[in-house]
Amino acid sequence: MRQLSKTDLGITGVSGQLHRFLTQAWRLQPLYVSLYAILLSFLIGGILISVIGVNPLTAYWALLRGMVGDGNKLAGSLARSVPFIGSALALAFAFRAGLFNIGAEGQLLAGGLTAAYVGALSWMGNLPGILTIPLILMAGTLGGAIWGGIPGVLRTKTGAHEVISTIMLNSVVLFVARWMVGSRDPVVLRDTESTVPRTKTISDTAVLPELVDSLPTLHFGLLALTGLCFVVAFINNRTSLGFEIQTVGLNPHAAHYAGMNVHRVIVLTMAASGAFAGLAAASEISGTSGYFQPGTFFLMGFDGIAIALLARTQPIAIIAASLLWGSMLSGAPLMQQEANMSIDVVRIIQALVLLFVAADAMVRYLFKVRKQDQSPFQANTIGATL
Amino acid sequence: MAQINTGTAAPVLEVDNVTKTFPGVVANDNVSLTLNEGEIHCLLGENGAGKSTLVNMVFGLYQPDKGTIRVHGKETRFTDSGDAIAKGIGMVHQHFQLIPVFTVTENIILGNEITKGTLLDFNTARRQVLAIAERYGLAVDPDATVGDLSVGEQQRVELVKALFRDANILILDEPTAVLTPGEVDDFFSVVRNLTQQGKSIIFITHKLREVLAVADRITVLRSGKVVGNTTAKRATQQSLANLMVGRDVVFRVEKTTTNTSTTALQTRGLRVQDNRGVQAVTDLDLEVRTREILGIAGVEGNGQRELVEAICGMRPPNGGTVQMLGHETTAWSPRRIKQLGVAHIPENRSKHGVVAQYSIADNLVLNRYTHNKFSKRGVLNRSAINTEAVALIEQFDVRATGVTAALDTLSGGNQQKVVVARELSGNPQILVVAQPTRGLDVGSIEFIHRKIIELRDRGVAVLLVSAELDEIMALSDRIGVLYRGRLAAIVDAADTTREKLGLLMATGSTTHPPQAQQ
Ligand SMILES: Nc1ncnc2c1ncn2[C@@H]1O[C@H](COP(=O)(O)OP(=O)(O)OP(=O)(O)O)[C@@H](O)[C@H]1O
Ligand SMILES: [Mg+2]
Repeated sequence: MRQLSKTDLGITGVSGQLHRFLTQAWRLQPLYVSLYAILLSFLIGGILISVIGVNPLTAYWALLRGMVGDGNKLAGSLARSVPFIGSALALAFAFRAGLFNIGAEGQLLAGGLTAAYVGALSWMGNLPGILTIPLILMAGTLGGAIWGGIPGVLRTKTGAHEVISTIMLNSVVLFVARWMVGSRDPVVLRDTESTVPRTKTISDTAVLPELVDSLPTLHFGLLALTGLCFVVAFINNRTSLGFEIQTVGLNPHAAHYAGMNVHRVIVLTMAASGAFAGLAAASEISGTSGYFQPGTFFLMGFDGIAIALLARTQPIAIIAASLLWGSMLSGAPLMQQEANMSIDVVRIIQALVLLFVAADAMVRYLFKVRKQDQSPFQANTIGATL
Repeated sequence: MAQINTGTAAPVLEVDNVTKTFPGVVANDNVSLTLNEGEIHCLLGENGAGKSTLVNMVFGLYQPDKGTIRVHGKETRFTDSGDAIAKGIGMVHQHFQLIPVFTVTENIILGNEITKGTLLDFNTARRQVLAIAERYGLAVDPDATVGDLSVGEQQRVELVKALFRDANILILDEPTAVLTPGEVDDFFSVVRNLTQQGKSIIFITHKLREVLAVADRITVLRSGKVVGNTTAKRATQQSLANLMVGRDVVFRVEKTTTNTSTTALQTRGLRVQDNRGVQAVTDLDLEVRTREILGIAGVEGNGQRELVEAICGMRPPNGGTVQMLGHETTAWSPRRIKQLGVAHIPENRSKHGVVAQYSIADNLVLNRYTHNKFSKRGVLNRSAINTEAVALIEQFDVRATGVTAALDTLSGGNQQKVVVARELSGNPQILVVAQPTRGLDVGSIEFIHRKIIELRDRGVAVLLVSAELDEIMALSDRIGVLYRGRLAAIVDAADTTREKLGLLMATGSTTHPPQAQQ
């Protein structure tokens, strides 16, 4: 690769120096918009905090210690981030096929429901963990895959756009889950001994091994899902399946000409994408709560969209973005405690990040970066999909 | 021929020592050009010479790195095409920028709407469109939906659109590449009409015959530099070709006769529908033998596209059969047909032939990545793909900075060469080619014609569909004329003439006299 020169990038001034440092010294060229978005969001968040009358440095220092202050906090942050990896991957993977899967929220629920059901089956208790753990994870993966696959099938058979159908299916599964878990007459999946609506606790043998006894528990799912990111990166960049998926995303007519089965790729990609969310849900059920509650995954799917965009849909970057996202949420209570700042400040900063990432023209303008060095990926970003 | 004496008229456009670089290439290197009032100025050059880059700068789509552009003597800096339009510059791109679901009038006024209060004033707009059409002899129906129009008609709409915005400098980037011979004649009479009324035109084409027919002056580019200035009177096809390519060019490649033997491709009673469900190909019986080039001539839209797509598995026929190399392939997928040994150069390059955002290397394996040379157990062999790409761009003389360059940074002709390179390599048994040399320069056409003949001589059966009668005549052993989805005739290339074929294409038979043109 030829090194991009300063004039190519239209770089001037201090922000230009920063840009050069980030992109060339750190080789983060495709991600710089995201880095600036984070920077800007914290800056604006800081202004907001000082307007309220708190020293932003105090608040951020508390937030930072809440995130990574000690081993336990760090483990808690990691644990909080695990499911985001799956939901972000769900969006990112479909995105390459030109599909905008905003159904991770529902796919998490579907996966969680099937995992909790299978995990609590009475015969599971008689099997060893080496069988039950794969079983519960597979059950969740399958639930997510089905819930993701349906919009894929609808798209190919009827032309229904996946944005609409995934939103609809999010509601469908939410109400189905509420009924299944909540209903006492008839009892479907409800644990009748519990006062709150939830499923029965899964059998002990189906519990994922724990890595650190933090709050929430840091479990084996972290390794499984980060591993999955590397697998997806490999699929995307090195396999013929990844080539097909991207070709379908960029030019379905050419994909058809080239002998690819466009419909098959769409259904498969959507199903795999749902499977990633389903696996994340199953690992949460199995690794932390042990049962399913309809509220457990609230907003996790939608946060996944923000994370995937922040990571420019790159699987490896998703790991980092999820960790940031989850640990910010996990660190916020300490900020509230010490600096008396509402944890909503973190939510505001996250919303700003999403705004800047989505409206990257703003970031480019502020940091005086011309559009010339755009990565080819951006040619078909959401603007085109929506 | 222009009424205004080009010698004394003030130049309407002066491009002065303009340089434009893209990462790794100097697309324009100190290029100068002047356009006089009422003049047709032809811009010639090999694929990738920098013609489109130059006119894109004049139209404000790119900004020059160095040099100046003056319009009517005043130096200008356009930041976008809106500025250029405001200065009276209009451009008709090779790929039309029309919205298919809108009517002609709607398309023309788009972005320049005439309003009455807050409402669109359609009647006034419609009247103005008709007035412009009348004045310059551009036959357009203001109420037709653009999607229903032929390519030639769409082009007239583009011209009216530019004139509607009061353009007096018109840039036409390869306008004739997509026209049928009849449409080209009409187009030239429009162009002459325009210059007589004081419009000035920059005209890019690869067809030297056209250049000699209409140009006042000619500027030739090679590798981004101006290598020659001449006039149509002083130039010949051979001298222009020489200037462009830097060597002698053979316009009609030598071809020996061969003995055809077995049938490689056969259709029986083939029926195919187009996208709208209209029967585009009706009961077609066709046979291509090994060691033979069967040319399919015909005015575009007579079923050529549907025929080719049905043979290659991209469009299921609604009747009849296709047999290739001893297999009945009627319901086969494009991949199976490809694996049988059928190569296909598609008519619509940007839609089917390439993925614009992919690298050259990836495009070169677009339909071959499953071959065990390029992937094993589903894992791509990147180094093999790159090695292949390096060899192919060398062999087919694709002008690019490297095999990792994104395809959409290549000039139009070089993109076509990538498709041709992919399809002609890999030992096909049957070659189905549609418009293989559209948009290519004379040197590349010669090269690709040689390649096609070379394949034929090696025993490949070639089905060639082309709107270029010259190409059909030069390459084919036998020629079929497609008229309204049926084969009007099959003749031996040796004993037919341009005129006979033209008549067949226009009327579907040789016995009737041609319909009088209105
Ligand atoms: N956007 C771009 N980015 C990088 N390189 C480009 C870009 N556009 C053009 N080029 C390069 O500039 C050179 C000139 O291209 P240009 O499109 O002007 O050629 P052309 O004369 O119009 O050729 P053709 O007859 O094939 O259309 C080519 O080498 C091409 O690869
Ligand atoms: Mg060009």
